[in-house]
Amino acid sequence: MELICPAGTPAAFREAVEAGADAVYCGFRDETNARNFPGLNFSREELGEATAYARRKGTKTFVALNTFMRAGHEDLWYQAAADAVHLGADALILADIGLMAHAAETYPEQRLHVSVQASASNPDALNFLVEAFGAKRVVLPRTLTISDIARLARQIRCEIEVFVFGGLCVMAEGRCSLSSYATGKSPNMNGVCSPASHVRYRQDGSDLVSELGAYTINRFPRDEAAGYPTLCKGRFDIADASGYAFEDPVSLDVMDQIDALREAGVSALKIEGRQRGKAYVAEVVSALRKALDARPEERRALLARLRLLSEGQRTTSGAYDKRWR
Amino acid sequence: MAVDKPTLTLGPVLYLWEGEKWRDFYFRMADEAPVSHVVIGETVCSKRLHFADPYFPLVIERLVAAGKRIVLSTLALVTLERESQYVRSLIADSPYPVEANDLSALALLEGEPHWIGPLVNVYNAAAARVLAMRGARIICLPPELPASSIDEIVSQTPGVDFEVLAFGRMPLAISARCAHARAKGHIKDNCRFVCKDDPDGLPVKTLDRQSFLALNGVQTVSFTCQALLAELQDLVASGVGRFRLSPQDCDMVAVARLYDEVLQGRVEAEDGVARLRQIYPATPLSNGFHHGKEGAAWVARARNIAHGANA
Amino acid sequence: MEFPRPLAAPLAAVPIPLIDRAVKLMFKSLLRRHPGLFERLGEHKSKRYAFRPTDLPLVFLVEPARAAVSVMRKPADPAADAVVESPLFLLLALLEGRCDAEGLFFSRSLTVIGDMEAVLSLRNALDGCEIDLPRDLCAFAGPLAPLVSRTADALRRRVLAGEHAAWN
Repeated sequence: MELICPAGTPAAFREAVEAGADAVYCGFRDETNARNFPGLNFSREELGEATAYARRKGTKTFVALNTFMRAGHEDLWYQAAADAVHLGADALILADIGLMAHAAETYPEQRLHVSVQASASNPDALNFLVEAFGAKRVVLPRTLTISDIARLARQIRCEIEVFVFGGLCVMAEGRCSLSSYATGKSPNMNGVCSPASHVRYRQDGSDLVSELGAYTINRFPRDEAAGYPTLCKGRFDIADASGYAFEDPVSLDVMDQIDALREAGVSALKIEGRQRGKAYVAEVVSALRKALDARPEERRALLARLRLLSEGQRTTSGAYDKRWR
Repeated sequence: MAVDKPTLTLGPVLYLWEGEKWRDFYFRMADEAPVSHVVIGETVCSKRLHFADPYFPLVIERLVAAGKRIVLSTLALVTLERESQYVRSLIADSPYPVEANDLSALALLEGEPHWIGPLVNVYNAAAARVLAMRGARIICLPPELPASSIDEIVSQTPGVDFEVLAFGRMPLAISARCAHARAKGHIKDNCRFVCKDDPDGLPVKTLDRQSFLALNGVQTVSFTCQALLAELQDLVASGVGRFRLSPQDCDMVAVARLYDEVLQGRVEAEDGVARLRQIYPATPLSNGFHHGKEGAAWVARARNIAHGANA
Repeated sequence: MEFPRPLAAPLAAVPIPLIDRAVKLMFKSLLRRHPGLFERLGEHKSKRYAFRPTDLPLVFLVEPARAAVSVMRKPADPAADAVVESPLFLLLALLEGRCDAEGLFFSRSLTVIGDMEAVLSLRNALDGCEIDLPRDLCAFAGPLAPLVSRTADALRRRVLAGEHAAWN
């Protein structure tokens, strides 16, 4: 199985390659990708250097163009696709069927991957994307169990990539407007979720309060690990009881199920985190590389340390485990 | 291009309304509501399917007799084998047009005239044209779209009728996990259908008691209710010919009549808003997405009044 | 790991102009080495950033638009769009991208008040820069360069080792 690693900056890109990534995914510095955060991502020049560097090292570069084209401004995405192809991307990761159609028609030789943002979670949907646009691989939504994945693998005609480590979307990705409901900015349209521009932390007595737009998302007593106010990881009141309504502030870690994923027919394991720093990328990629190459009984020790890098310092196997639902 | 005679569509009931409540709702809509089309069928959770089954034929019969055009809805999230089977057989057997709410239904409907629901991502004309080429005739656009995108998509996609969500809590997210069951101490596989206790959704407030969202089983909807009334004439002028009313637990006949009157120009939009607040008093109105702002915002004429957190 | 108190205490006595001058020189040297740093900030280049090491009696105010830094003695509270508080060593490690800012934040070792996007943007810009303080500050130290570099390197190793110990 390939290890697919995130890079938000050229520095992180080099770290990922050095640490043993089989492929690195990244995006341009604009709204064409779903991690459109300030100070992050690649200029055209930087991407060109990155793909050349990766190629010398035998690593692939995937370019994420995984937001939905803003009506009337499609050229921004078309130009990004043209540039990514021209600069030597090994694959384009796409979510919008309009952009998939354009890419399939304009660059028939270019390898297309279906982004998790496309929310294709069943055989009929995936075979449609394979037939209509020649998609070679799908990044599956984080809503499936391992047995769901195994069943799916038998019925579809493309490779499967799954998230194994990092941030965890609770909602079906690419179909969530929670962020724009509170802030006007969404993953689908702007490439941001719970954007920092709308985040405020304020001290209230001994509590640290995190807010997104006009809404309180969480409140941390002194000494409790704080978290970024990602909307679906917030603490809310429901019928007079407060708690994590959608998901605790945990991150995904299913590296202890590598063998099950391999048996299920998974081709590639993906690490989330283009917004994380190069230190994080280096650490996670090298640990997962070692774990992937190690014998199953050695893995636990290799992975234990990574938990400290995780949000809220706890991890979950998420939807991969049926009980999560 | 302006549409001659804009019409109203009744969207599917997104909540779990138990058999008789569900039946009586549709009977009344059949008899009294000025809607031309009715999109009907479980959309949110496959576990709920059996609740409406016994009443389905009667309800369809009554709607058809009243002259309503039927469209069958499909599931928004198709993950399990039995969910795939359900969507396949629904599409294979349906005597009525079907509305696709996910990519699988879309795939299965190729070559047949069909509808696209608001849960399929259509953010631009390029995507709309792909769907049109495959047989989509009516596309209900996602609620997140601003007016500028709607204008652009409608003007650049010939041969398709467009619909916009004009009333109802907005579908914001869907998950494999059931937050509704979780809130009541259950998991999805053993949910005991707790969502039926909240026919208008289970309110989610912030820790500072601000009304924020509502849970509807695996779906999360807005706490506010989308209300496009002052915007209708502009939408009609830009070529939107259909407006969707998404059922809430209020007098939907009154809602439909009100929208009909505003569309016909018999009631001023501003009066319409005031009346809507009386019909559905517990829920603040919003139209922020349409105006390119946060979805929870209410834009009154040119003035922007952010949806007060405690409204 | 905290800045050693015996080292921090004298800072209360050293005249601010002296510290300010030294910091300005280091800052200039750093920018000479990484001219693109503040360009990556985009619209946030005009923001003012205050850094408040929790273990030093000082406040550092950085203004990217003017390529300026100034030092004040606490309890000074200069107007800033964003304030970052943490032990000095973590601030320096962040400067070099050697620690994971999110990880630190989640463990509450680091606090951000004010314009979160500006801080995130600065963090991302720094992370993309590959700053190496011992190396980059050599230029500033002139004839003392090897000494500065060696000392800084030793300090850094100690800090990072301390961090790892804390993590494990």
